[in-house]
Amino acid sequence: MRVVLAEDLFLLREGLSRLLQAHGFEIVAAVDDGPSLLKALIDHRPDVAVVDVRMPPTFTDEGLQAVLAARRQVPGLPVLVLSQYVEQLYARELLADGTGAVGYLLKDRVFDAAQFVDAVQRVAAGGTAMDPEVIAKLLARGSSREPLGRLTAREVEVLALMAEGRSNAAIAQRLVVTERAVTKHTSNIFTKLDLPPSDDDNRRVLAVLAYLDR
Amino acid sequence: MTITDSVDAAAVRRPPTSRIKRAMLAPWQGLVLTFIAGLNIGVVVLQVDVLAFIGLGVGLLLLPISTVVCRQLANLSRHLAWRWQGVNIQRPYRPKPRFQRGVMGIAERCRWILRDPATWRDLSWSFLDMVVGFVLGLFAAVLLLYGIEGIVLSALWPLLVRHGYNDWYTFVHVQQGNEKWRWVPAGMGVLITVLGFYAAPGLLRAHALWTRVLLKPTRSAELALRVQRLTETRADAVDASAAELRRIERDLHDGAQARLVAMGMNLSAAEALLEGHPDEARALLLEARDASIKALTELRGLVRGIHPPVLADRGLADAVRALALDSALNVEVTADLPGRALPPVESAAYFAASELLTNVAKHAGASRAWIDLSYENGLLRMTVADDGRGGADPAGGTGLRGVERRIGTFDGLLTVTSPPGGPTVVALEIPCALSSPKTSSS
Repeated sequence: MRVVLAEDLFLLREGLSRLLQAHGFEIVAAVDDGPSLLKALIDHRPDVAVVDVRMPPTFTDEGLQAVLAARRQVPGLPVLVLSQYVEQLYARELLADGTGAVGYLLKDRVFDAAQFVDAVQRVAAGGTAMDPEVIAKLLARGSSREPLGRLTAREVEVLALMAEGRSNAAIAQRLVVTERAVTKHTSNIFTKLDLPPSDDDNRRVLAVLAYLDR
Repeated sequence: MTITDSVDAAAVRRPPTSRIKRAMLAPWQGLVLTFIAGLNIGVVVLQVDVLAFIGLGVGLLLLPISTVVCRQLANLSRHLAWRWQGVNIQRPYRPKPRFQRGVMGIAERCRWILRDPATWRDLSWSFLDMVVGFVLGLFAAVLLLYGIEGIVLSALWPLLVRHGYNDWYTFVHVQQGNEKWRWVPAGMGVLITVLGFYAAPGLLRAHALWTRVLLKPTRSAELALRVQRLTETRADAVDASAAELRRIERDLHDGAQARLVAMGMNLSAAEALLEGHPDEARALLLEARDASIKALTELRGLVRGIHPPVLADRGLADAVRALALDSALNVEVTADLPGRALPPVESAAYFAASELLTNVAKHAGASRAWIDLSYENGLLRMTVADDGRGGADPAGGTGLRGVERRIGTFDGLLTVTSPPGGPTVVALEIPCALSSPKTSSS
């Protein structure tokens, strides 16, 4: 799988590149600023890009801007954005075009290599990987409102994992239950929230996120 | 000069009530001014006598008292100029220093009074207002009444002269046998009433403006007041930033630093166990990893408290939007900012918004809130409104006081309207310049 990597700090870039290569990814370009990231994304059309938000020349949200610009030219270009902090505002902007293939994670998540690699693969396959912190904030906002308040504690747990972009199988593994149980929970959730049921993981996530975001 | 310009621009606004209401009120307000002019006679006599007696020593004892009287009357006039005419006259007096006890204190007190130019300007105003206030006030008061008198005279002419009325109204002699002039007083009366209707408010306004000439601070007094304000806000700013640094130091010491120490210890213990007890080593390594995640989380919180990254990235409008998204309330943000303010101003406004939103969530019992950001005439304006229960008191909580102090450093102003039952609207204004916008990031 071909990866474009963008990170301005040498140590982190090397670390990420080593981690990804160890898991069978091929780094086709490793860049350290916004303009060269945009160029690399357009030139290489990677299977997935792993991008730091804050980079030269302005040291603001350079990486995010480059990614958004690239996705305007190549809709659905898979990108996983990493950051020292997560903002719902940025998550919204990434999800806004509705094409999926988007990840937005705290840098700490890299520490758990297996989870991180899973997220990269999910995004590359057109799925979503939202940081639990983003989801927690979204849920906190809605928790007092109907009908979110009607979900059971377990259903909220499943909803959160679903919103992060995980498949039923992954949720089942995470919660140590059978996949059948998860399917039952998800269909309950969709009924209670009055969302159109969907087997497609990706469309399901977008529906859930859109629901939480309104 | 920017200071005086900005003060002068705010100094005179449109009178607060409608034209008709003003005309109706004018005679009574004129009467009050006439009365004040009368009081001024007393004040001048009192103050001049006290000053004359300073040589005898008694004056020194009486001066503080007579000055209080003098200033009270001047302050009343300043207040009325604002209330009735919208003419803002700042109090010019020098701040009161700490006086010693005893004789030295009295001397110091007198020195403070006598060296303040405002004392002498007050006295000159009192002296001149005996005439100016009396004339302007009296005209405003009697024009209307005198006009009405003419109309009444004409209407009741036969009745009046039969009972022996014999007097002049303007140039008309109202008496038996002069009936050909009967309706002239009415005509004159209407003219005078109309004149009074239009002129009286003008006369009162003229009085307010005249009052401003002598009762406003001189340029140097204005600067002295400004220096005083700057000294206060600077002290606040220094205190606040020192407290902030102490907090950061403590948070780092108890948080991230402590966790890094623990991580180091875990790692060296793991190294020692690696050969003989790999399972225990693994557990320690996992613990070290968790500690690093916790340290990062704490550092993130700390950074947010110092300067939120989204504020640096996107500027005030988006940072406030991000705040709104994080809030438990339903917050609507509208923003119209043609550029970015300097980072310290942005930061002050951001933390003000954050504090106000927290207040709303904690105390207002509100379900919705609105934040509006705009920029006009060199003022950055932020309004935070909610649909809560109201009754917020700037003096009560430390929150609003804190916001006031924070923006005070930039000469910002905070106004709170929060009637019981709501809604609460907090508005703040910070004078600042906006830089040209960065290339837009949609």
